[in-house]
Amino acid sequence: MSRLRLIGATVTGLALALSLTACGANDDPLAEETTSGGSSGGAVTVGSANFAESELLAEIYSQALEAKGVEVKRSFNIGARELYLKALQDGSIDLLPEYNGALLAALSAGGAPEGVSKPEDVLGALKKVLPAGTEVLEQATAEDKDTLTVTAETAAQYNLKTIADLQPVANKLVIGAGPEWGERYQGLKGLKEVYGLEFKEFKPLDAGGPLTVNALKDGDIQVANIFSTDSSIVTNKFVVLEDPKSLYLAENILPLIRTEANNPTVSGALNAVSAKLTTENLTANLAKVQVDKQDTATVAKAFLTENGLV
Amino acid sequence: MNLSYLFDPEHWQFGVAGGFPQLILSHLGYSALALLFGVIIALPVGLYIGHTGRGSFLAINAGNAGRSLPTLGLLMLMVTLLGLGLLPVLIALTVLVVPPILTSTYAGMRAVDHSVVDAARGMGMRPWQVLTRVEFPMALPVIMGGFRSAALQVIATATVAASVGLGGLGRLLIDGLAVNDYSRVLAGAIVVAVLAVVLDLFLALVQRWVVSPGMSGQARRAAT
Amino acid sequence: MIQYLNNNSAVVLDALQQHIWLALLPVLLGFAIALPLGYLGVRFTWLYHPLVNTSGVLYSIPSLALFVFLPVLLGTKVLSPINIVVALTIYTVALLARTVADGLRSVDPTVTQAATAMGYRRFRRLIDVELPVALPVILAGLRVATVANISLVSVGALIGVGGLGQLFTRGFQLFYLEPILVGIILSVALAGIADLVIVLIQRAVTPWARFQRGGTA
Repeated sequence: MSRLRLIGATVTGLALALSLTACGANDDPLAEETTSGGSSGGAVTVGSANFAESELLAEIYSQALEAKGVEVKRSFNIGARELYLKALQDGSIDLLPEYNGALLAALSAGGAPEGVSKPEDVLGALKKVLPAGTEVLEQATAEDKDTLTVTAETAAQYNLKTIADLQPVANKLVIGAGPEWGERYQGLKGLKEVYGLEFKEFKPLDAGGPLTVNALKDGDIQVANIFSTDSSIVTNKFVVLEDPKSLYLAENILPLIRTEANNPTVSGALNAVSAKLTTENLTANLAKVQVDKQDTATVAKAFLTENGLV
Repeated sequence: MNLSYLFDPEHWQFGVAGGFPQLILSHLGYSALALLFGVIIALPVGLYIGHTGRGSFLAINAGNAGRSLPTLGLLMLMVTLLGLGLLPVLIALTVLVVPPILTSTYAGMRAVDHSVVDAARGMGMRPWQVLTRVEFPMALPVIMGGFRSAALQVIATATVAASVGLGGLGRLLIDGLAVNDYSRVLAGAIVVAVLAVVLDLFLALVQRWVVSPGMSGQARRAAT
Repeated sequence: MIQYLNNNSAVVLDALQQHIWLALLPVLLGFAIALPLGYLGVRFTWLYHPLVNTSGVLYSIPSLALFVFLPVLLGTKVLSPINIVVALTIYTVALLARTVADGLRSVDPTVTQAATAMGYRRFRRLIDVELPVALPVILAGLRVATVANISLVSVGALIGVGGLGQLFTRGFQLFYLEPILVGIILSVALAGIADLVIVLIQRAVTPWARFQRGGTA
């Protein structure tokens, strides 16, 4: 028997193993890749940042689009803004949920422009700095702000009510946030410039996720960047410090989309979502995901059904 | 390829949080602890199985079973179960290093020539003496091979510690990625790879030093 | 866990399917590249040490770094699965090229001499004699590479493309055990099945190995 056949059998066997274990996998992601990037194929790729609320919003957008007959591909959990904006610009994704103030600050060199804090002003300023080829749709009244949050004990110990109160004690405190905070204006830079805060140490953890929340609870950090809609604030009786100098601007939720992927059907579906999205219903729905561990698809579906969007 | 982060002297100062020396030390620390625990667990088990031949099924399959456990998943599972800290990272990394050490210890022991063991017994050696004076030294080159590959793996994998908020060189990867600073990611990758190579060379030297000259063939060469 | 699977079967199946492709395609590509490379390492002996050393260095590059860097090098999109496939192909080649070379080197010189005496030319001898004799070693390496790839894919989840790894990050973000457990179990099972398949192939294509083992035991 020819030994060539042996080698042939090995290779065929491997290929067979591949197709066997693929159990019905009929499309290969490489083939998918070529169609998902461009908007010309008809499918819209929805992305999300790497925290639960962003994923929930992305799922709500996706289902709202699907209800209008738009084909949707999901590419969730990409990473921080610095990374997913790149994915948006190279066409890996077509749209994702954003926060007007944080996006404005990220896109403006040297931080957000002075005197801009109301939602409409922020939106206006944002539209001027959007990267070429992208646009934002209508924003919701729902807001989710970056906060500086401390435990009730820390607040009592140092008599903290606002971020400004941290100034005399910051050098004794460790602050925790997503790694991107080390470089962001709406992070350590802004805290130093606007409030004159220099912390003892910065611990890079995650974007308002379980690392940050648990580190705050365990006392590994004393000050944490947690999102204002996060249910852990209420559950753990954390104290959110006020922001009298408006370092954190309005943070209304709105879709950021590649112009190529936008059309009346898409914007119609997403604007209808924004019209119904409030801070209250977002907080309640996020708690279903974070506390009750319901999956995002179920929560998103319930939200859209309640609001007559599907 | 932008090497500015790597060659910025500011990042090489000692005692600076987030500087290379501190990251390298913590990276080596996690790796060394995991290897230590790995040896404590795997070496006795491997020696026992190899010496007695009992449970060899376990030793043979531990290798592939261990490799198939995704370290990232195990780490996230452990953090979810045990909370933050060093312990979950050490558990995940120890699980990574046990299989290669166990498998190589077993393989090394099995490869020892039976006639040598018989001769040792015939000379009146006790089982313990046979193990420590004959089988273990003869198996050592193979065991060291497994230890070296475990060390390489753990150095490359210890980067995941940063994904659950710990330090080590993974910080450069995770933070660089989060702020879109590729120069930092590149610096992290290079330092990890160099660290792995240096460590492997060091272990090769250790191996030459601990392996009996009778095993490495040096004695034979000297005699002729 | 059953409840989780019921609610999320679509997500889990998607992740599983992506995982399979991302892990096994590189095995095939890597195998195809490593065979000639390993042969060159034996044919030209001066190539062997550079081959082994380069493999060692490549293998010690953290996978996350490779996933992040390939878009810069290849000009691919940052979320493209191609990045993962290429990275894992590199690891597979790093593992297998050395194994192929070692396997070929382990062929008893008297066997090759006998084949030459029988009139085999170099290429026929390689295909008909040396490769089959080296096959057990090569396939053992293939098992290691396959299993390692399956577990490495999950790291891609840190940049949003990671098959079952996405279940890890999702569970982790919510401090929720079920998705993480499901991901680990599926990943290990997948590795087990792939490993078993290669073992079966090995049995089928190297029937003589069984006789040898039976003979000496």
